[in-house]
Amino acid sequence: MSGPAEDSEPPSIGVDHWVARSGERRDQGSGWRKWLARAEARIGWWQRLALAAGLGLIVGQFLTNVNLQTVAFNSLLYAMLALGLNIAVGWAGLLDLSYIAFFGFGAYGYAVFSSTAFGTDGSGGAHLPAIESIPIVLVAAGVVGVGIGLIALRLSGDYLAIVTLFVGQAFMEVVNNVDPGTLGGVNGLYGLDPLHSFGGKIESPLGFYYLALVMTVALAGILHLLDTSRTGRAWRALRDDPLAASAMTIPVKKLKVMAFSFGAVVGALAGTLFAAQQDTVFPTNFTANVLILIYACLVLGGVGSIAGAVMGGLVVTIGEQLLSSPNDAGYLFYGLILIALVTRIRPWRKLAAVLIGVVAVGFAAHAIVSAVSSSAVAGSPGSGGWIGSAVRDYVIVPANPATYGNILYVVLICALVAIVRMHGNRRLLAVIPTVYIAACCWEARLIVNPSITTQIMIGAILIVTMAARPQGLLGTPRVETVQP
Amino acid sequence: MSELAGRPAGHSQPLLELDHLSLSFGGLRALAELDLYVDDKEIVSVIGPNGAGKSTVFNVISGVYEPTEGDVRLGGQSIAGKQPHKITQLGIARTFQSLRLFLNMSVKENVKSATYGHTKATPVESILRLPRARREEREVDALAEEVLSFFGQRLTGYRWNQPAYVLSYANRRRLEIARALATKPRLLMLDEPAAGMNPKETHEVTELIGRLRDERGLAILVIEHDMHVVQGISDRVIALDHGVKIAEGSYRSVADHPAVVEAYLGHDPEALAED
Repeated sequence: MSGPAEDSEPPSIGVDHWVARSGERRDQGSGWRKWLARAEARIGWWQRLALAAGLGLIVGQFLTNVNLQTVAFNSLLYAMLALGLNIAVGWAGLLDLSYIAFFGFGAYGYAVFSSTAFGTDGSGGAHLPAIESIPIVLVAAGVVGVGIGLIALRLSGDYLAIVTLFVGQAFMEVVNNVDPGTLGGVNGLYGLDPLHSFGGKIESPLGFYYLALVMTVALAGILHLLDTSRTGRAWRALRDDPLAASAMTIPVKKLKVMAFSFGAVVGALAGTLFAAQQDTVFPTNFTANVLILIYACLVLGGVGSIAGAVMGGLVVTIGEQLLSSPNDAGYLFYGLILIALVTRIRPWRKLAAVLIGVVAVGFAAHAIVSAVSSSAVAGSPGSGGWIGSAVRDYVIVPANPATYGNILYVVLICALVAIVRMHGNRRLLAVIPTVYIAACCWEARLIVNPSITTQIMIGAILIVTMAARPQGLLGTPRVETVQP
Repeated sequence: MSELAGRPAGHSQPLLELDHLSLSFGGLRALAELDLYVDDKEIVSVIGPNGAGKSTVFNVISGVYEPTEGDVRLGGQSIAGKQPHKITQLGIARTFQSLRLFLNMSVKENVKSATYGHTKATPVESILRLPRARREEREVDALAEEVLSFFGQRLTGYRWNQPAYVLSYANRRRLEIARALATKPRLLMLDEPAAGMNPKETHEVTELIGRLRDERGLAILVIEHDMHVVQGISDRVIALDHGVKIAEGSYRSVADHPAVVEAYLGHDPEALAED
């Protein structure tokens, strides 16, 4: 605890020297940390935003095919959805599960005004330009948001979640069953007008990407300005302690309704963009699964953080895309295992031992099994490319891998549960066969079913991220207080 | 206006006035026909054993509970049944016995959040940073810095941008008072400001309460268990037990009052002493 010799200032009561010097220590820090801390302190929020926008424009130059352009658009769409969800959930601390209904409301609103659906038979529909239809939809969404907010006002926590979940489900039932002539029922609405205003129109996927980029950047900027205003402060105060907030001149009820309503408007905005890009809307676009995916974006990126919400949207959407193609999924799978081992095992001698062990165990097991029975290794690994040829003599894949893969999957889960309960060297030892089992299971079974694997992998990534970084990728750690 | 017990005749209108205030939770009577007043720039202490209803009085005045009977008046105007944020805006600020800071917000933001009631910029004005929003933000910033500097160096400088959860217990209590001051109150209600503090800090609290009155012209209503603090600060002391006022007057007269001794020590002090 003794200060350095050059510390001329005598210690005084009520001043915490260690804390006061945190800035100095940061400057004395080493290498990249120092550089990063200085750079972060120097760059303002709008410069970061401009940087992100520039990055988006550069990425746009590399989007050479429709598939890439659609993925890029979707990632920005989810970023926008996460930004909207963040208002009620992240800032005001209200567990809002009706958000998906506002996404749907925006999409259906746009679809109704941009097709033949509106009006009586034979009138030909409204066909409003986007500059008229989108504001109408947003205002309507805001009003409906106020209505839902008023209903939700007296509820909090679990009860709020239940009631808002019901609202989300009610939206699905309404578009499915009420007035199929206008809303299309289960068949949805299709053949929407292209997004048009002032004589111009956007039809190409790349055009929609740039539109989404402009909207996301603008939205992030607006939300930052809101967050740093009196309204943003009041929301965060309300989240931390509603009773204290009300004792500090903050009208809690009004602010809760505002949070619902603002979130609803952003959700609806994303909805209009979604409907315009997709050219169709179906009730199944707005299921609870989509809601969970939006929540995953927000939680992964960091609840309460604007940059985090955007990052979450990008990571989840791009991750999902990678996982749906077997080869890319392989890179992700093996890459994540390698990253996990490298970052978690210290010192490097143990790491090297584990890695060598993993490789040796595999080839040894393969050699033994093929010596006993050649049909047990007759199958080929699911991976193609260089990964496939690299693991050909490593993993054990029988001629008919389905049942074998299922059994292995159960074994893998048991091994993972066991590993979590172990400690020290025993755990390190257990990692070796577990990684091998995971590789066998992956090659024999999982990679063959990309749709299921995607969900398992996203779940696994979420669990691991939350364990390693509970505040999310870009979130700040929060302290919860237990209120008596 | 009703005749108030113990109030000298011919006095001007009190700042805060509880008039035959009763509060029941179902069948449980928490407060019974309580009369209480606080004059301008007066420091009044409320004492009493645990469960006497002291914090309940604060909760009724600040609007957390609505009185079952009777009235609460601030400067002659009834505030009973108004919502808490309205009451604070009218000029009654409070701190909490169990600290209720916005722990995940910075020290300065904690104070700035308490200015919501007397700023007016709409979200649209804030987003566009229109003149009114900018002016209010400047004023709020200056107010926060001024209020925090009231506590010397403890809550200034590098502390401004630290989250409240890193503060020590004593500094959290100070920050709660600073946050209450930012609502620009006329009456400040402090719920056990010296709880959990060491003797030196307790002494500072005593001084601080005097300064709040002398420098900022506040009337102060304090709940406190530490009798040294009560003795040091009080113009007048009120003792409560089971929701009923059992004594009122100077510190000495209340501390020696038989009903107060009984409330704290039991019916027969001699018998207890012999045990």
